[in-house]
Parts: sequence; C-alpha cells; structure tokens
Amino acid sequence: MLWLLASRDLASAWRSAGLWLPVAFLLLVASLYPFAVGPDAVLLARTGGGMLWIAALLASLLPVDRLIAPDRDAGVLDQIALRGIGEEMVVLARLIAHWLGFGPPLMIATLPAAALLKLDSGTILMLEAGLLIGTPALAALGLLVATLTAGLRSSGALAGLLAMPLAVPLLIFGAGTLGDGSGAALKFLGAASLLLVAITPFAGGAAIRAGRE
Amino acid sequence: MSGAALRLDDVACLRGGRMLFRGITLTIAPGGSALLTGPNGVGKSSLLRICAGLLPIFAGTMTREGGVALADERLALDMELPLAKALDFWARIDRAKDSAVDDALGAMALKPIADVPVRMLSTGQRKRAMLARVIASGAGIWLLDEPGNGLDSASLALLGGAVAAHLAGGGIVVAASHQPLPLAAPVMLELTDHQAVEAA
Repeated sequence: MLWLLASRDLASAWRSAGLWLPVAFLLLVASLYPFAVGPDAVLLARTGGGMLWIAALLASLLPVDRLIAPDRDAGVLDQIALRGIGEEMVVLARLIAHWLGFGPPLMIATLPAAALLKLDSGTILMLEAGLLIGTPALAALGLLVATLTAGLRSSGALAGLLAMPLAVPLLIFGAGTLGDGSGAALKFLGAASLLLVAITPFAGGAAIRAGRE
Repeated sequence: MSGAALRLDDVACLRGGRMLFRGITLTIAPGGSALLTGPNGVGKSSLLRICAGLLPIFAGTMTREGGVALADERLALDMELPLAKALDFWARIDRAKDSAVDDALGAMALKPIADVPVRMLSTGQRKRAMLARVIASGAGIWLLDEPGNGLDSASLALLGGAVAAHLAGGGIVVAASHQPLPLAAPVMLELTDHQAVEAA
C-alpha cells in the first residue's frame, strides 16, 4: 500500500517535470555566484559550500505548491481516506516519493555546481555527506508546510515564511560540517533530520485532517 | 458485497456555525436505496460526506458496514494518465479483481476511449469515468452526488442499469439528485423538512 501510493506520487512528479526544478535552480545559483563575487578561486572555494547549502534549502521550497494542494483539490486525498487509509500513511508515502525525487538529483547536481565553485575534494565529500543526511529533513519540511498551507491563497509565499525559521538549524549544522568540528555538526544535522522526518507524517496527517471541510 | 448496511440515527450537521439539518434518521438494508432531495445548499452533499465519514457529525450517530465509494463533483483521477490506467490505480488500492476496471469501463460504455488521457475527456465522459471508478471499487455502499449531471439520455440509462445491478447484488445506493433517477422504491428524504428552525 505504501509503495503503491509512493510510486504514484513519484510518477506524477516525474510527469509534471517538477523534478528538474530544484536541480536547475541549484545549477543556476552556482553559475551566477562567481559573477556576483568575482572570479577569485580562493574566495569561491571558501564560501561556495555554504552558498550551495543556501541554494539547496531554497530549492527545497520550489516544489511545495504541487506536493499536496493539487491532490487535495482533485479529491484524491478524500478518496484515499474513504478507503480507510490513514493520512499519516499518505504523508509518509509522499515523503518517501518526494525525497527520492528531490534528494538524489540535488546531490548529483551538487557535483557540477561544486566544480563551478572550485571546491576541493574534501569539501565536496563533506557537502555530499551533509546533503545525504540533510535532504530528507528538507523534503520533510517542504512537505510539512505544504500540508499546512494547502487550500490557502498565496500558499507559496506563506510556505516560505513558515519553512525558513524551521530550516535555520539545518542550515547552521549543514554549513557547519564544512568548517572545523565537522563531526559534531554532522551528528547535530542527523538529529535535526531525524526529528523532522519523524514528526512530519503525524503533523502533516493532522494538518490534512484539519483542512478537510 | 453482501452485508452492506447504513444507519443514521438522529444526525445533525453544523457547518460554519450554521445548523444545516438535524433529526435525520435513516436505515438502509442490503439492496436498499435512498434519494436525498431539496434545494441547493440544504446539505445534501454534506449528508453524503457524513455517510462517507469525511465530515464530523455534530450530533447523532452513523454506522455502516461494508466499503464505501463516493462520486462527488471531483474526479480524483490523474489527468495525464490514460483513463484505464488512472482507474487501475484505484482498483489496485481497493484490491479489486483484475477484470474490475474492464467491467466498469464496459458498464459505462467507456471502452473505446480507455486509452485517451483523462484531461481530454468531455464533461459527460468525466462523469461516466467517475461512475466507473465507483463501480470498479467493488464497495457495498455507493454515495452518488448528482450522478445524472451532464449525462445524456443514453448515459442515464447506463447509470440506471449499473445502479440496478448493484442493488440486485445486495449493495446500497444513496444519491442526491434533483433529476429523477431510476432507483427502485428508494427511501425519499426531503432535507428541507429537517432544516433547523432559526432562532428568532
């Protein structure tokens, strides 16, 4: 059942070409950044990693408006509820599908982006490790605000306002892995990620139920 | 689908601070049907959503046995998929037997357009696709909200045939409609009679 729901979500994300949006955004930011700060290789290598974390965080907000709202408006969520399937299951399936369509492509896009910024191999390794741990949290956060804002007007802007404060710990620990004391930062990132992934099915399920009228 | 049953006992519905209706008592046995009538806004759709378990009940109780399928104004089919594939998703969720989608497409005369993407369908075809989703679900209780809207006379006859077959098989149909529907001896429920008296 979980796989049935998740594979449908992944297939519809693929068909709507929404998977390319975060990837294109990350690459765009990475290619614009050297124009803004100048072609100083040392400066780019020092600041590029943190900048990519910001880009990844903002990229996670791009697909928010198509995660829940279209299915809610089309009655799909109601039809699933009719069949006695809990909203928590729906959100969990969607979280899996959303991460699969968001995390790995973003991690792959990070490689050419890192090359554009002349990051060294150690930094790239830490960046990828951090993204592997952090992207589930970013996906969960995006999904959570999508369930909260589904059905509201100008939900996209509201989603950004809601998600940003909650994403600050991820940004701090994520970018922290690139500096000194990266081991501790990775552990904190993992803890923050676990927490968000664990609460999202329950909080998101409750939000969908509360939004039903 | 034997053993389907639906029972409402003194149900009241409060929406947006307004009492839509109260004192609805209704018992439907296998093979029985009910027709909800009344002007727009009287709460026909809300009562169907209460029967579906999607709306909380303000007072009273609702009990039902058997699965439930709902056809309201929303299609709930993937727009980009071919019709048969879109229906197949729900059939797999329902664990319906393999021929369920095929039979439902046949019952609604949709087989010629089974490979057409859902977004290309006309209004009447979408309505028939929605009814095919209900038929394929194999649920015992059908909740139909204005099922005749947008259907031509040939499609109405198909709907009548599908409903008759469902009732003959021991199913239950609750329909809200302002059109005459081919239901055999339904329980008529006029919701205007159950409107709450406004406090002066």
